[in-house]
Amino acid sequence: MEKTSLFFLLLVLSSVAYYLGRQRSLSVAGGRARELHSLPSYHGFYVSLWAVVPALSLLFAWLAFEDPIVTRLVTDALPGEVQSASPDHLSLVLNDIRNVAAGQASGEPDPVIRQAADHYRHLQVLSNRLLTLLAVLLAVAGAWFARGRISVRHRARNKVENSVMIFLVVCSTAAIFTTIGIVLSVLFESLVFFQKVPVTEFLFGLSWSPQMAIRAEQVGSSGAFGAVPLFTGTLLISLIAMLVAVPIGLLSAIYLAEYASPRLRAIGKPLLEILAGIPTVVYGFFAALTVAPFIRNVGTTLGLDVSSESALAAGLVMGIMIIPFVSSLSDDFINAVPQSLRDGAYALGATQSETIRQVIIPAALPGIVGGILLGVSRAIGETMIVVMAAGLSANLTFNPLQAVTTVTTQIVTLLVGDQEFDSPKTLAAFALGLVLFLVTLVLNMIALYIVRKYREQYE
Amino acid sequence: MSDVIEPNKLAPRRTLAAVNASLPRRHAAEKRFRLYGLAAIIVGLVALAILFLDILVKGYSAFWQTNIALDVFIDPEIVDPVGKRDPEQLALSDYDALLRASLARIFPDVKERVKKRELNGLISGGAPFDLRDRVLADPSLIGQTVRIWVTASADVDMYTKGYLRSDAPESEQRLKDYQFAWLEALDADRRLEKRFNTRLFSAGDSREPELAGIWGAVAGSFYTLIVTLSLSLPIGVAAAIYLEEFAPRNRWTDLIEVNINNLAAVPSIVFGLLGLAVFINFFHLPRSSPLVGGLVLTLMTLPVIIIAGRSALKSVPPSIREGALGVGASPMQTVLHHVLPLALPGMLTGAIIGMARALGESAPLLMIGMVAFIVEIPRSTLDAATVLPVQIYLWADSPERAFVERTSAAILVLLAFLILMNGLAVYLRKRYERRW
Repeated sequence: MEKTSLFFLLLVLSSVAYYLGRQRSLSVAGGRARELHSLPSYHGFYVSLWAVVPALSLLFAWLAFEDPIVTRLVTDALPGEVQSASPDHLSLVLNDIRNVAAGQASGEPDPVIRQAADHYRHLQVLSNRLLTLLAVLLAVAGAWFARGRISVRHRARNKVENSVMIFLVVCSTAAIFTTIGIVLSVLFESLVFFQKVPVTEFLFGLSWSPQMAIRAEQVGSSGAFGAVPLFTGTLLISLIAMLVAVPIGLLSAIYLAEYASPRLRAIGKPLLEILAGIPTVVYGFFAALTVAPFIRNVGTTLGLDVSSESALAAGLVMGIMIIPFVSSLSDDFINAVPQSLRDGAYALGATQSETIRQVIIPAALPGIVGGILLGVSRAIGETMIVVMAAGLSANLTFNPLQAVTTVTTQIVTLLVGDQEFDSPKTLAAFALGLVLFLVTLVLNMIALYIVRKYREQYE
Repeated sequence: MSDVIEPNKLAPRRTLAAVNASLPRRHAAEKRFRLYGLAAIIVGLVALAILFLDILVKGYSAFWQTNIALDVFIDPEIVDPVGKRDPEQLALSDYDALLRASLARIFPDVKERVKKRELNGLISGGAPFDLRDRVLADPSLIGQTVRIWVTASADVDMYTKGYLRSDAPESEQRLKDYQFAWLEALDADRRLEKRFNTRLFSAGDSREPELAGIWGAVAGSFYTLIVTLSLSLPIGVAAAIYLEEFAPRNRWTDLIEVNINNLAAVPSIVFGLLGLAVFINFFHLPRSSPLVGGLVLTLMTLPVIIIAGRSALKSVPPSIREGALGVGASPMQTVLHHVLPLALPGMLTGAIIGMARALGESAPLLMIGMVAFIVEIPRSTLDAATVLPVQIYLWADSPERAFVERTSAAILVLLAFLILMNGLAVYLRKRYERRW
């Protein structure tokens, strides 16, 4: 039986088990539900959990170990000369076998492979049958065992609630596991990379050209992995973005919080926040096809030499995207400044703008800085806009009219397409990812710390 | 003594004079400041308006596709030489020849080989298949001359939409003068017509702009979001319940909280690296599949759902919990039977917003190979697929004007979905929001 249908069969079995457990508890109590320690439905859930949890665990364990074991068995059954071939060749052969077994073979396969494929398919069928049998047996045994334990004093509710609690706790650790997963996955590949390319060269090298030759003896086969041009490119584009986003975001937050009529605020705030909801690929398209040609045309009429993938275009559009990140957090914090501070300033004769500049902004400054830091981290990590609108050439320049490349652009170009996990070219992407993760992590930590500390101050 | 009193009496007046003198300057500053604020908002809104208008103007025409009317003689000699009306035989026939013949009848004086090829290039490479489907559906057409509308090629489409002009300089021209003459002749003959572009919504990707559609990408997005929703909603809700209702305040829960807030701000591309290293390289899940895409997006949307879920739970007043506990419910019953139902609309709103973000996300999906050129419509979560934003990215790379138009149309469809989802979230919030 297929695993998905087995899964649904187990779900059906669990509902049958629920019904059986409920009935059993009622019959044990002689139909008087109030005699029972727990409600009949808890007895039902109890039996149903016993039916489904062990069987599902078996199913998942099977999913994890089935393929390696079957592959091992098939490999052992292969003729000796194939087995002793290089690991690369062996994995190619295994791939062929899988394809033939799945019926996706192109042309007439080699008899050895055909035989192995038949063996493979046979083992798969066998394994599926065994799994179905075992899982159903386990479900029935579990349900039978649980049903036998039902009595008037059986504390089914506590047991069911404990299982639910375990589920809740496990789910709450998902975030921890995600972080661990991110750290481990980028760290491992980066360490392999740093064995091939020294850390110092990566962090301080001035030239970036990750093209690896196909053959080892070819000219220029080493590639250059100095990431400084990427860092400066990222900084340049982020700087342009923040030069757009900070004044516009901050001023509009101030206006919306302090000056705007309730109606303007009710319309203006959500409209500005739409900017944060637009997919970044849309901004990328806009930057590449509308803004970049526009800037180039303006530059040409002014007699400037503007690259068609200028940092300016990507930065401007990214700035527009970040406006709401800056404005909505600033807005929250300006609103959180107590009215008494405003009243005090007005009583001293300050005008509204003087109050804002000399009282409210300083009071809300931590929040505003937090918002700006989150905006910077967003700008550094933004991918689609720069992939579509910024260039690929790693120029070490601070001229916004030239093309620069960024960390995220390079990660995408290095990893899209064929990947070899032993070439520095692919691994370099993970090293860049590590840098990106660490930098944004530090920025986020600082921002969140400031925001949190400040929130407590006025609460 | 009076001398000493005088300055004291004068001082406030002098201050007042100083203040009065500075007032015009200060009021001007006030006005300026106000204007800056207003200008900032206007700049933001104008940018938004330009963005939308630009895409609308570029994209609206893609919803129509030029068709050419041809009087096709469905020659039994070519279509069904055996005469058995056998569907298998009919499916293999050379319908292209029929179309070529009918074009040749309209332009009898085109004799040169190169020009003939260009003439045949006016109709799309997909047109013979349309004709085949028609004949297969109704074999009685064989032997008759029927007037059918076939899909025109992208260049013709661009011509009728006015993007290709015959008066532009020769060097920038995609079409030659005599090709324009053909098109003008066809137009004068009322053989060119723009019809609603159903293929855009029903076809998968294609190298030919006029045959390319977004349905494959929409299906991919659908499967990806199904995986994301079915994992992130239960896990997110469970995590929110634990953290808000049961977790003791200690270092461990603090760590979890910091982690969640941090993950919400980690660049999306890093999640793509995680997906590549863990799901594809370690667990050997199928590359480019909606399953892996959905898993990656689950990890990305979880923080959003958890944060929204916690604030929804927080807004349920303690009196509800106290009431339930007071009549003897266990803590778990209190939460699951009384608090959760009240918090659920808020949680769903958060989930929908998270899903909308996942729908628009493309960077992490590039990492796990959902950028392949895929013509087939995916049928399960294990098939190779792409998603709508990635399709936009792929099309945006094509230089043809016809693809620019289709990219914008795909963006419009994506934005329509997003507006729909966010609208639903707003509606849910308005409909079920309770003030305690």
